[in-house]
Amino acid sequence: MSTRLGDRTGRRWWRLLGLLAVLALVAAGCGDDGDDTGGGDGDGGGGGGGDFAGETIEVAAVWSGAEQEAFEAVLAEFTDRTGAEVTFTSTGDDIATVIGNRLEGGDPPDVAVLPQPGLMSDLVADGALQPIEEIAGSEVDEHYSEDWRTLGSVDDTLYGVWFKAANKSTFWYRPEAFEQAGVEPPETWDDLQEVATTIAESGVTPLAVAGGDGWTLTDWFENVYLRVAGPEKYDQLVAHEIPWTDESVLTALTHLQELWSAPDVVHPESNGMSFPESVTTVFRGDAAMVFEGDFVAGVITDETDAVVGEDADFFDFPSVDGSEPMVVGGGDVAVLLTESEAAAELIRFLATPEAAEIWAEIGGFTSPNQNVDTSLYPDDITRRSAEALVEAETFRFDLSDLVPSAFGGTPAQGMWQVLQDFLRDPSDPQATAERLEAAAAQAYG
Amino acid sequence: MSSEVTDAGVATGGGPTTVETPPARRRGGGRGAELRVALWFLLPALLLLGALVVYPIVATVVRSLFDRSGDGFVGLDNYADALGSQRTRHALRNNVIWVVVAPIVVATIGLVFAVLTERVRWATAFKLIVFMPMAISFLAAGVIFRLVYEEAPERGVANAVLTSVTDVVRGGGEYSGIRARDDAELQPIRHGFRSAGEYAPGDVARLALIGIPPDQLPDDATEAATPGPVDGALTGTVWLDFARGGGGEAGVVDEGERGLPGIEVEALRDGEVVATAETGDDGAFELEVDGPVELRLAGNAFREPFRGLSWLGPSLVTPSIIGAYVWIWAGFAMVVIGAGLAAIPRDALEAARVDGATEWQVFRRVTVPLLAPVLLVVVVTLMINVLKVFDLVLVIPPGSTQYDANVLALEMWRVSFGGGRDQGLGSALGVILFLLVIPAMAFNIRRFRSENR
Repeated sequence: MSTRLGDRTGRRWWRLLGLLAVLALVAAGCGDDGDDTGGGDGDGGGGGGGDFAGETIEVAAVWSGAEQEAFEAVLAEFTDRTGAEVTFTSTGDDIATVIGNRLEGGDPPDVAVLPQPGLMSDLVADGALQPIEEIAGSEVDEHYSEDWRTLGSVDDTLYGVWFKAANKSTFWYRPEAFEQAGVEPPETWDDLQEVATTIAESGVTPLAVAGGDGWTLTDWFENVYLRVAGPEKYDQLVAHEIPWTDESVLTALTHLQELWSAPDVVHPESNGMSFPESVTTVFRGDAAMVFEGDFVAGVITDETDAVVGEDADFFDFPSVDGSEPMVVGGGDVAVLLTESEAAAELIRFLATPEAAEIWAEIGGFTSPNQNVDTSLYPDDITRRSAEALVEAETFRFDLSDLVPSAFGGTPAQGMWQVLQDFLRDPSDPQATAERLEAAAAQAYG
Repeated sequence: MSSEVTDAGVATGGGPTTVETPPARRRGGGRGAELRVALWFLLPALLLLGALVVYPIVATVVRSLFDRSGDGFVGLDNYADALGSQRTRHALRNNVIWVVVAPIVVATIGLVFAVLTERVRWATAFKLIVFMPMAISFLAAGVIFRLVYEEAPERGVANAVLTSVTDVVRGGGEYSGIRARDDAELQPIRHGFRSAGEYAPGDVARLALIGIPPDQLPDDATEAATPGPVDGALTGTVWLDFARGGGGEAGVVDEGERGLPGIEVEALRDGEVVATAETGDDGAFELEVDGPVELRLAGNAFREPFRGLSWLGPSLVTPSIIGAYVWIWAGFAMVVIGAGLAAIPRDALEAARVDGATEWQVFRRVTVPLLAPVLLVVVVTLMINVLKVFDLVLVIPPGSTQYDANVLALEMWRVSFGGGRDQGLGSALGVILFLLVIPAMAFNIRRFRSENR
């Protein structure tokens, strides 16, 4: 009895295995098919002259939803002008993996818009990018400040055009709280201290700091550091050519200490506050100011009843020790991956103010292109943020995005942890600098 | 008697009852066929065990001997790094706290619940409620407790309960949060302020306070007024040195600034109170004194309300997470111990009662010893479980105390897949964790064996 049962089970097993094998074959076949057609599309480019009618190019970027729609409007204008069809591929957050896989498969998109500067230099190192000096060099010189050319270059060769940018040097505040305390938005760090003290005297907590999230504190540090140390030292610190125990780091930490340890200035729950909480704390009425990038406006709109422009406004990160206007931020850079001429034309188009103005009018966008007509931005807040960005003497990327992520981008370790501890107890900048150096030394290896 | 108790233990452990079946099958066909059949039956289990247990363990051990890229052989360097780093030692220390505290607390609470539910009418309903957290995923439970432990009493239940209890005992005063400027004439003391210098009769004291919104003053507060000097008496005013819209000079009664009514002003000489007065609606007061005195503003009006504990601060974070863990697992312990309890012979308890033992003595001397095997299984099982704790520690603490709450399993994950992406070091941590679990596993297996015999 038991043997018969065993045999029958055995036969069934074989049948099942057979079925699995067939399934596996079918799946493999599908995969091949997909690859083939993908390859065919990619080969469509190449050849042609000034008019690219009938050609198809592919653009990949992380954008989806409203951002994708806005960017597709930009691409539609390109199609109108040149006749080339453009297909947009949304890669999701992990664009590095997607591009890497496509490159390995021999079928990269023609143009990619990358959200991280580090990714561009990685791709250049892999030999995946086309230099664009011949294609868009004169446009970049005409429309962008020197900083943006440098940021788009690897080893002095131009590879990318910065199409979109973010301004992370903004303080968001409640005008009502400022009015009640009788203060104006500060222009220098000393003013900021004074404003904070006065607001505290008026009975309102001046500052909500998102100490529960480490990245907001790295942004605090970067903004102060860029202003006290200047762009050269900033770059050296990014490359870890100077140690974190450098005098300049200590100066920056001491400035933060002055503000963070002033009586009743920092909201008492700041140590556990997440970034969205820090914004809602301010615009719920429990604090007066919060520092973070231009995306705070989105959080205010989504999570509070406050209206940006009426109950919420921003001022630029104040000048420290007489520094020039500077902006720390991020951006998206367009790079060329194939030799398609239509794609080259698209890169050139993206470097012009006309391309940026299409998205600027739609909203949710700031352009680093200094010839964009800022009156096209849909509201005053975006306009001022964009103006601060293009008028800044110096623009630098978020330092924590440029250093090894074990140091600048991981919860509970590196910069995040050390600065969170510093916010909790800002009494010892020297020891904090030493801890930063120790963590950096380990992460840079 | 004791065998019944241990049976309960086996039932809870689950598992090795199938060992009994092979002899029954031996009566069937020949030896070869029998082996084939046996293989067929074993194959799925062997395949699964091999692919899902043996292979990963071996691969992890091998991987732990290689560097970050996986190409360079580094011997035991990863282990040296792991054990030498401050982070791992901190995580290890937290793991020790977890292993020592959590299982015992869970088992104790489970035991108490199990014994008590034996006697209540609505035992099933009660058990159901206590057991319910087991149905919630750890991640969801973590999110729930993140909210429970919120620091602001308006949002966190834990602090809301604490503050409402303490508010009944003593609440905050109407001027709580008020303070003096750093360089002002007043110095903060417990529940109040004291003047920095002395005042003589005929002086006018200007006692400026700040730091509460002007619209939070009592309704009867009127514009502050400075009384003129009076012979043989000390006059003065206590006022909020800030009007809506700011402006004005520090330490000077400006237009629009209002007095602080109802504050007790005490005149002190050599630490003794020699005269007291209460401020009027405009903040003015007058004290009859005959010589120089110090002034003190004290009383319940300045008392700070209790704002609760920072549950997720560096010192309380691990106990807080253990609290969440206990909430989840207490039901499990209760049910298992309850099953053991049901297997205890009633006559032993009755005999003890007849002999005149109190309920506490029955519990302490009869119930607990008879339950000891079950309790041990619960504690050891929980110990194994606690060593692997991960989700709660990931979800509950805010970023600023993630380090303080860190445990080995989480550190392993961070090292392997976080910023550093060092899977060699991560594997080494995994192996260390595995070695730590082995004694508890061995203990449990040995118990099952000896109980089967």
